[in-house]
Amino acid sequence: MFDTRDYELLAHVQLGLPLCPRPYEAVGTALAMSEQEVLERLNRLKQQGLIKRLGVIVKHHRLGYRANAMIVWNVPEVLIKALGQRISQFSFVTLCYQRPKQPEWPYNLYCMIHGKDRQTVLAQLEQLNADCGIKHLECTVLFSLRCFKQRGALYQPIDKPVLAHGYY
Amino acid sequence: MLNALHTRLLNDFQRNFPLSPRPYLEIAEQLGVSEEAVLSALSDLSEHDYISRVGPIIPPNQLGVSTLVAMAIPPEQLQRVADQISARPEVNHNYEREHRFNLWFVLIASDAAHLQRVLDSIDEETGYQTLSLPLVDEFFIDLGFNLDLPHV
Repeated sequence: MFDTRDYELLAHVQLGLPLCPRPYEAVGTALAMSEQEVLERLNRLKQQGLIKRLGVIVKHHRLGYRANAMIVWNVPEVLIKALGQRISQFSFVTLCYQRPKQPEWPYNLYCMIHGKDRQTVLAQLEQLNADCGIKHLECTVLFSLRCFKQRGALYQPIDKPVLAHGYY
Repeated sequence: MLNALHTRLLNDFQRNFPLSPRPYLEIAEQLGVSEEAVLSALSDLSEHDYISRVGPIIPPNQLGVSTLVAMAIPPEQLQRVADQISARPEVNHNYEREHRFNLWFVLIASDAAHLQRVLDSIDEETGYQTLSLPLVDEFFIDLGFNLDLPHV
């Protein structure tokens, strides 16, 4: 489905398109690919879902969204899919995932809310819990404090494709 | 420093960036400004750290494997352990969070064996246990982030 050239292209563009009039041509020059081939491949990768979105990647923190909460719930397995889909529809939710429970960690549903301050985030969570009828579920809010390392997508050598997601 | 053009670029172009030979010109035409103005505004935003880049968001586990890792570290050792962990190329998004599990980061590796080696090696190097929480399902379709910035 994806070939080495796709990987090379993603590795190259994931750090950002050049800010010049013909950015795809510049990318192509670096990879010995025509501008048209770059565009065709990127179009296909987008259709195939390997590029989730293409555009301006903003820095929440710099734009005043300083309260970053990871919220976790302990949800019965049978409800998790429907609930995950429901939670994803709130405009203030930026991510929503299912992850496995562990002996020391009883939570299996995760969402992220980026807000301007804690009060706003907690009020949004209250609204979400009420609207979804899940106030009774075990739930924990983990606000972020220090950021030790943040890096966008990073793709390692081509023989060993490693791709990060540019999430949170 | 944000002017009307900056705001439009931040709000309205987080997705569907044009896949055409002159994407910045296309945006410029939509906004009624010159291509040069768009390029210069994006360059300002990048220089002042409002945006990290113009580029793709790639979903997890499409190429390579990733997991979210939590660790419970005594507060007085957190900075030291966090620095050890951040030094690894496989580590991304390493944050302190308010909880007994106070260190959270994403690990990305080429395959499951590589991922496990990194987890084992972190356990050994730090003397604390990693709690690995790999993705089971993703519900969200990332359409960008509504910044709620006023259109100046």
